[in-house]
Amino acid sequence: MPKFVELWIYLSATPLFGLTATLVVYVLAQAAYARLGQAAWANPVLWSVVTLATLLTFSGVDYPTYFSGAQFIHFLLGPTVVALGWPLWERRHELRHRWCALLLAALAGGFVASASALLMGWAVGLPHDVVLSLAPKSVTAPVAMGIAERIGGIPALAAVFAVVTGMVGALSGKALFALLHIDTSAAGWMARGFAMGTAAHGIGAARALQVNADAGAYAGLALGLQVVLAALLIPLLLRWM
Amino acid sequence: MQGLQGLAWLLAMQSLGEILSRALALPVPGPVLGMLLLLLALRWPVVREPVAICAGFLLSHLSLLFVPVGVGVMTHLGLLGQYGLRMLVVIVLSTWLGLAVTALTLRYFSRGRDA
Repeated sequence: MPKFVELWIYLSATPLFGLTATLVVYVLAQAAYARLGQAAWANPVLWSVVTLATLLTFSGVDYPTYFSGAQFIHFLLGPTVVALGWPLWERRHELRHRWCALLLAALAGGFVASASALLMGWAVGLPHDVVLSLAPKSVTAPVAMGIAERIGGIPALAAVFAVVTGMVGALSGKALFALLHIDTSAAGWMARGFAMGTAAHGIGAARALQVNADAGAYAGLALGLQVVLAALLIPLLLRWM
Repeated sequence: MQGLQGLAWLLAMQSLGEILSRALALPVPGPVLGMLLLLLALRWPVVREPVAICAGFLLSHLSLLFVPVGVGVMTHLGLLGQYGLRMLVVIVLSTWLGLAVTALTLRYFSRGRDA
């Protein structure tokens, strides 16, 4: 038994643990999600986060130790943001064709998501730096962190807000669109996907992609656009508010 | 091999983006500039073919990449205990508003063109 304890102490302190735990838990969560017919509530990001946080709490491994391994996965967010250029390129003809409507929707949606979060955050009395960390919440986590840093928010908190936002979008998007009478025609899927990518970034886009290929493509397009718009406009918005 | 070449292109664009962002003190994060640079470079098949494979792979596993940051929730438990419910309400409502406004705006402006 002491041998086992020693081994556990050694293993849990190496980067191998965080990396392995993240991948194994995610693969299992993804399998469960597939088996449950990709129900929104079975979202693999949500359940992976809950499972890993519980696992770490009970095993006494602290977050920095876990992250020393998980950072190898986290690192890929950077090149993945660059890779968002690909769906933009693939859809460049539609983009050229409808750029006016798409750009307006991206600007309006991004602005409302960000400004409403700021106003409501102030209204309910959240601390100033927490409110600022809410501003980039509809942008993909690594960019949200960068923006938060620039405007005086807390980068780590901004990342968590972004992840929660993505999960809210992935969980409730379908019901919300049904409520708004957005149908499932080609134009409807475009609106649904584009909204998911705009207001719920990568996690929303991943969900959109699983539900409908067209919605997924437009979500990727929206995600890429939002990254550029938010990085440019959120600092301006804050100066103006 | 193509996938690796693609990753090399993505990382090269990201690095170039980081250098530009820092050197010119631009308000845009490095990876975002990298994405714009990639968009320009995709007109060349040398870049396009490997990047297509690698980008497809990375983007199809996009949600996995958010897990490590998401687990970071546990480091903010104090803040969450104090303001958690209020934060959640703000996030849920503003996300719904964002989703609704985007979808309705796009629906409104693209009506009549999609027949």
